[in-house]
Amino acid sequence: MYEHKAEVVIIGGGPAGLAAAVSACDNGADGVLVLERDREAGGILQQCIHNGFGLHHFKQELTGPGYAGRYLQQVKERPNINVMLNTMVLSVAEDKTIMAVNPQYGVMRIAAKAVIFTMGCRERTRGAIRIPGTRPAGVFTAGAAQRMVNMEGYLPGKKLVILGSGDIGLIMARRMMLEGAEVQAALEIMPYCNGLTRNVVQCLEDYGIPLYLSHTIVAIHGKDRVSGVTCARVDEKMQPIAGTEFDLECDCLLLSVGLIPENELSRELGLTMDPLTAGPVVDQLRQTSLPGFFAAGNVVHVHDLVDFVSEEGEIAGKYAARYAAGVLPTDGPVALVKATDGIRTAVPQVIRLNADDTATLRLYMRASKPERQVTLVISSGDQTLLERKLPVAKPGEMIVAEIPADKRGAIKDSITVVLKH
Amino acid sequence: MPTREQADVVIIGGGVVGTAIARELAKYNLAVILLEEQPDLAMGTTKANSAILHAGFDATVGSLKATLNVRGNELYRQMKDELDLEIDMVGSLVVALDDEEMKTLSELQKRGRENGVPGLEIFGRDQVLAMEPNLAPDIAGALYAPTGGVMLPFGVALAFAENASRNGVQVRTECPVTGFVIENGAVVGVKTPEGVIAAKYVVNAAGTRADAVSRLAGDDSFAIQPRKGEYILFDKSVGNLVKAAIFPTPTKLSKGILVAPTIHGNIFIGPNAFNLTDKDDVATTAPGMAEIIAGARRLLPGLPLASGITQFAGLRAVADSGDFVIRPSSITPGLVHAAGIQSPGLSAAPAIGEKIVAILGELGLPLLKKTNFIPGNPRHAVFSKMDMEARHELVAQNPLYGKIICRCETITEAEIVDAIQRPCGARTVDGVKRRTRAGMGRCQGGFCGPRVTAILARELKIPLTAVRKDAPESYLFYDKIPGNCEVKNNV
Repeated sequence: MYEHKAEVVIIGGGPAGLAAAVSACDNGADGVLVLERDREAGGILQQCIHNGFGLHHFKQELTGPGYAGRYLQQVKERPNINVMLNTMVLSVAEDKTIMAVNPQYGVMRIAAKAVIFTMGCRERTRGAIRIPGTRPAGVFTAGAAQRMVNMEGYLPGKKLVILGSGDIGLIMARRMMLEGAEVQAALEIMPYCNGLTRNVVQCLEDYGIPLYLSHTIVAIHGKDRVSGVTCARVDEKMQPIAGTEFDLECDCLLLSVGLIPENELSRELGLTMDPLTAGPVVDQLRQTSLPGFFAAGNVVHVHDLVDFVSEEGEIAGKYAARYAAGVLPTDGPVALVKATDGIRTAVPQVIRLNADDTATLRLYMRASKPERQVTLVISSGDQTLLERKLPVAKPGEMIVAEIPADKRGAIKDSITVVLKH
Repeated sequence: MPTREQADVVIIGGGVVGTAIARELAKYNLAVILLEEQPDLAMGTTKANSAILHAGFDATVGSLKATLNVRGNELYRQMKDELDLEIDMVGSLVVALDDEEMKTLSELQKRGRENGVPGLEIFGRDQVLAMEPNLAPDIAGALYAPTGGVMLPFGVALAFAENASRNGVQVRTECPVTGFVIENGAVVGVKTPEGVIAAKYVVNAAGTRADAVSRLAGDDSFAIQPRKGEYILFDKSVGNLVKAAIFPTPTKLSKGILVAPTIHGNIFIGPNAFNLTDKDDVATTAPGMAEIIAGARRLLPGLPLASGITQFAGLRAVADSGDFVIRPSSITPGLVHAAGIQSPGLSAAPAIGEKIVAILGELGLPLLKKTNFIPGNPRHAVFSKMDMEARHELVAQNPLYGKIICRCETITEAEIVDAIQRPCGARTVDGVKRRTRAGMGRCQGGFCGPRVTAILARELKIPLTAVRKDAPESYLFYDKIPGNCEVKNNV
C-alpha cells in the first residue's frame, strides 16, 4: 500500500481547500497535500461560468473559473503544495491517518499532522422534500444541470420550471434562457426569496421570469420524461392550499431547494456538530472540537459568496500550519457564541480567548426571517461589543460583522448575537 | 422479412417470477427465450415492493401462496451462496398493540405452524422492546419469525437472469409480445416487433399485465387488479433504528405498513394499499405519504422524517381469485400462467420456478438435465465491502477500481463498467443503480448521475443524448446545438 506523509492534509480542492493550501504553505507548513475527488481542482467554481465572483476578495468581478484560476496559479507557484486529483478519501482516523484511493496509487495511507475539512456541500434532492408524483427523467438538481450545461455541453431540458429560489436555481434560470430554453417560472415555498437580491433582478426580472413566492409543487407528471408539474399556494404552515392549484407544462424541473454541508467524514470522526448549520462547531481559528482538525467554507456553513469561503480557508490553513508546527495552544478559556432572537446561526460558535491577537474575530450570521430596520447587537455579559443598524436583514444574505480589536478584552464566557427592532 | 425462431419455451416477463422460471428451466436441455418489454429486467413490481423474505405464516393454509412461500423461503436460503444473493435473515416481528391483536398473533402462529414455518414464537412487550428498543413503548407483544428476512428484490431477479443467460437462455429486453400464433386453438408461438418466435410452450409471467397477455391468447379466465403501495426510504445514518422487519398485526386487505431495514442498512416504511385501474400509475401522492408516515409512527414513534431520501410506489398484481394463478391455461393449450403474483410473490419466486417446470413436465415437455449446468455467477467485486488491502489489490489489477463515481455509496467506475458489460447488463442509469447502488445514497445521483450517464454512453457506444433514465423514452439530456437536439433512436 502506498504510504504518504504531509504536514497539512486538506480534504477537498474547492475554493476553501485551495485557499487553505496556499495559506498553510505561506505560514510555514512543510508539505501540504490537497485531496480532490474530481478530475480538476476548483470545485463548483469550475461550473459557475457567470460573473460576480471576487468583488470582496480580489476587488474585481470574475467568473467562477476565473476565480478558481487565481488560486490554482498560486498553488502552482508553491512547490510545497501537492494536489492529488481523482482521489477519494475513504476514512479519517482520530490519529490523523487518512485512507484514500485513486486510480494511480490505489489505496493510500496518508499520515498528517493537521487535517482541514473543505468538502463543501451537496444539494438537497427531490426525495428530501418529498414532492409527490411520478419519477420520470427530467428532474435534476440545479447544480447537476449546471455541470451538464456548462462543463459537458448538454441541456437538461427545453421548457423548464425551477423549484426553490436558491442562487444556483436563479443562475440556472438565466443560463437556460441564454441557451434558448423557455423558463416558465420559479417557485419558492417561503414568502421571501432565498437567493441574493442581485440574482433575482439579473436572472429572473431581466428575463421576465415570474417568481411565485409562497408556492410549491404538489405533483410531478409524466411517464418517461417530465410533462408538467402541478403548483399550489401554501399557507403560513407551508401546507398547500386546496383550490389554488395550477399546472405548468415543462419537460424539466430543476430543484434549488437548499444545500447541505457534506459532513459524513466529520460525523464518522465524532466532531461536535451544530444542528442548525449542519456543519462542525469551529472556533475563530476554524479548529473543530478535535485538536488538529480544522474546517472551512461550505462544509462549516453554507455561504452566499465564495470570497468568504476563501477567507475561512485562509484562516484554517494558517492555524493548521501552526498546529502542525506544534505552536498552537489547544486549551485555555473559551467563549461560546449564542445566536438568539432574530439570528438563526452564527459561526464561529466558539471564541478562543487565548488565541493570537491577529486572528480575525469576524462573525458570520444568518437571520431567522426577513426584517427591516433592525439593529445587530453583539454583546458579552453587559458589555456591547458591536452595534450596527441594518436597513434589511434576509436569511438569504449572510450578515458579516467583525468584533473590534479594542473590544476583545471585554469578552467573557459567552457572546450573544441578537437582532433588535 | 420477419425472422422465425424456434424455442421450447418462451417466457413473457422479466421480473423476479419470469427470471426465476428462466433460471430453473436453464437447468434442462431446452431452448428458452425470455422476453421483456422494458429496457431492463425487474422494472415492474420487482423493483418497488417491501423487499421482505416472508417466513410464510400469513397465507391461508393449503393455498399456493402458503406452500410456495414456505418452499421459496427454503430455496432462497439454499441459493444465497450459490448465486451470491443479497439476503439477510434479520427475522420478522408482527407487533400487536392490544389484547385483541395478540389473539390474532396466536392465530397467525397456529397458521404458520400448519404452513410448516419453523421457529415461530410469541414474545411479550418487555422481550420485544429488549430486541427493538425504538418501538412504541405501549405495544402488547409480537410474533417472532426467525426465517423472516430482507432481500434485494431486483438483485435477485438480475442474478437469476444472469445465471439463466450464462446457461444458454436468451434474455431480450425491449421486446414486447404483441400477439400469439395460434394453431388449432393452441399457442404455438409469439409475435414480437422483431418477428415471430415459434414455441412449444409460452409462460405468462407478465405481472400486472398478465391478464392482458392472456387475453391476447383468447384466455380471459382471470383479471389482474393493480394495487398500489407507496414507500419512503431513509438514509443509512438512521439505519440502526430497527434490526428486524417490523409488521403491524395484519388486516384482511394487506400485511399493513411496516418498518424494515434494507439489505444495505437503510430503513424504509410502507406500503399502503390502494386499488387502481391504471396499470402505469406508480405516482406517489401526498395523502399516501401521510398515511404511511402515520402507520409507521404507530410502530416507531421516533421516525426520523428529515432523513428521508426518496419515495416510490409499486403495483401489486392482485388476481381476482385472491391466490396466485399458476396453472396451464384452461382455454388455450400451450399457454401456462404464472400470474397474480402479489405478496408473498417475491418470497415464493424460486418455488414458482420449480412449480412451472413441473407443470411443463406434466404437459409433456421433455426435461433432460444439462450435464454442464453452471449453478453460480462470477462474484462481482464490491469495493465498498472490501478491506483496504483487498481494495488496493483490485486497483492494481484495474485502475478503474480506484475511481469513485458514487461518493455516497463508494461505487467505483470499474463496478459500473462491469454492471454494463456483464450478461443481462445495465442499459440505463437506473439499471446501473439497481446493479451497483450508484445513485442510491443520500444525494440520489445528484453527483454521480451525469458521470454514470457518460460512462453508459462510452460503454454502449451511443451518444450521451441517447442514454435513458429507465423507461423506453426517458432520455436525460439534449444536445446544445439547435436543430441537432432531437433523439431519433436509441442505438
